[in-house]
Amino acid sequence: MNLASSRMDRFIIGINYILLTFCVLIIIVPLIYIVIASFMDPIALLNKGISFNVSSWSLEGYRKILGNEAMTRGFINSVFYSVSFSILTIIVSVFAGYALSVNELKGRNLFMTMFIVTMFFGGGLIPTYLLVKNLGMLDTVWAILLPGIVNVWDIILARTFFKGIPNELKEAANVDGASDATIFFRIVLPLSKPIIFVIALYAFVGQWNSYFDAMIYLDNAKLYPLQLVLRSILIQNQTMPGMIGDQLAMAELKRLSEMIKYSSIVISSLPLLIMYPFFQKYFEKGVLVGSLK
Amino acid sequence: MDGVGQKIKARKGETAHRKTLKKRHNHYFLYALLAPALILTIIFKYVPMYGAVIAFKDFSPLKGIMRSDWVGFKYFEKFLNSPNFTDIFTNTISLSLFGLICSFPIPIILALMLNQVRQAKIKKNVQLILYAPNFISVVVIVGMLFIFLSPVGPINQLVSAIFGQPLMFMSEPGYFRSIYILSGIWQGAGWSSIIYVAALAGVDPELHNAASLDGANIFQRILHIDLPTIRPIMAIVFILAAGGIMSIGFEKAYLMQTSMNLPSSEIISTYVYKVGLQAGDYSYSAAVGLFNSVINVFLLVAVNFVVKKLNEGEGLY
Repeated sequence: MNLASSRMDRFIIGINYILLTFCVLIIIVPLIYIVIASFMDPIALLNKGISFNVSSWSLEGYRKILGNEAMTRGFINSVFYSVSFSILTIIVSVFAGYALSVNELKGRNLFMTMFIVTMFFGGGLIPTYLLVKNLGMLDTVWAILLPGIVNVWDIILARTFFKGIPNELKEAANVDGASDATIFFRIVLPLSKPIIFVIALYAFVGQWNSYFDAMIYLDNAKLYPLQLVLRSILIQNQTMPGMIGDQLAMAELKRLSEMIKYSSIVISSLPLLIMYPFFQKYFEKGVLVGSLK
Repeated sequence: MDGVGQKIKARKGETAHRKTLKKRHNHYFLYALLAPALILTIIFKYVPMYGAVIAFKDFSPLKGIMRSDWVGFKYFEKFLNSPNFTDIFTNTISLSLFGLICSFPIPIILALMLNQVRQAKIKKNVQLILYAPNFISVVVIVGMLFIFLSPVGPINQLVSAIFGQPLMFMSEPGYFRSIYILSGIWQGAGWSSIIYVAALAGVDPELHNAASLDGANIFQRILHIDLPTIRPIMAIVFILAAGGIMSIGFEKAYLMQTSMNLPSSEIISTYVYKVGLQAGDYSYSAAVGLFNSVINVFLLVAVNFVVKKLNEGEGLY
């Protein structure tokens, strides 16, 4: 090996490690800041900055959040929306993906085209809103669950996966007299647990983190998902009714509303950030299978 | 002989018969599996496409879509002639164009850097951290921006210490685009690198060893081995991103808007929302939305054409 170039290589690799460390810090420092700030008194945070002195920390922000009705209801609503959305996604997109993967299905190219067109062209916000309104779905959970349920990306993902299942398996079952329903439920689905899991995870995360549909379709605050509650706290600087005593002085009000911001960020992001490392493998798989077209 | 021939014929007829039976049977069950997705797509995607005709009508909720009066391109002209048009249009284009130019190369560079890390464990942990922001919601990301960039926030404490006064990051229109794009990179660059990392991991290490023996340094190996490997993926990612230029997200821009930064933060999607759902001007809003979609499709086709030419015939379709 050329000596000069290998010395140069080692130098570059050293620089590479330094740069990667820098990238990691850029990601991690803001997150740690938020977590520490969530335990701190906002006035102290403002005047003296972050303090690692654990004895001065308090759980006041978390107590305010966890005891609050709007926040807990938002949390429960989000769990409900995300779980239902994941289940519906499997029934709708994975099932369709299987049907489209079978060569005997007549017209499957036409159906596939029908789905793919919607990836690039749509009626737009207003016509969709008017439709949901005319169907009487405004202010119901259906407005959150149904309009976005068909995810063409998921269909493609599922179809790609199902096409990879050896045909011999299905044929063997067919010879044994198994009906197509039996083949699908008894043979294909058990083999497809990983892909189903991937699609369900993506649906869950997408639903958990979205606020747009809820914002345009829901009026009733009782149906609000967590993200919409967070939006009032973080962006619109509103405190939820009952979160803070009403007769408090302005300064105290401001102090508490600042405090709640940090703790609500932690509480709402924690479930996904804790869950994600365990499922990293599956999330990566989702990106990769989908990219095979 | 005749008897045998007939037998064979009969058997052929029988298998053909069984095949058609099987086929017909397949149809029912498979169509049942397909039906929910198909029906929901027709209802929630195709019906609104028809509903988009209200862009050419004077929509009145009382008359409904069918019976509202046709007005042709009135609302398109209204948008093109409105004093806001130039601003909103330029904001949309420049936000996504700069976004594309800045965000496209970063995941590739990250992947090339990660690919040089030989210790599997370190690589995995670094990836774990770089991917994490992808799972934070847009509401929380923008909430964090407001916290970090507030006039008394941690960044401005630093800025004040150096320049004597804080910078109005969230209200000064001039900062909007950079903040939008940089925070987007912070959140998404790691995640977008996955696909490149996987492709690079598939490169035969022998190829690199052989190149090293021939005296190729690290940059030459990246240039001649790594980059050609991921080029097809780069093309596809680029087409998809460029095709989405006009459909730049509503969710984040809307949250980042303050009354002060509107001159640079008002984009087509937020404008459609405001004139349509907040002001109730349905036809006008639908026209603006349709205008946007048409440009979008046009862009996708155009970019695909160009990339195909540059990429030796390999495009998206």
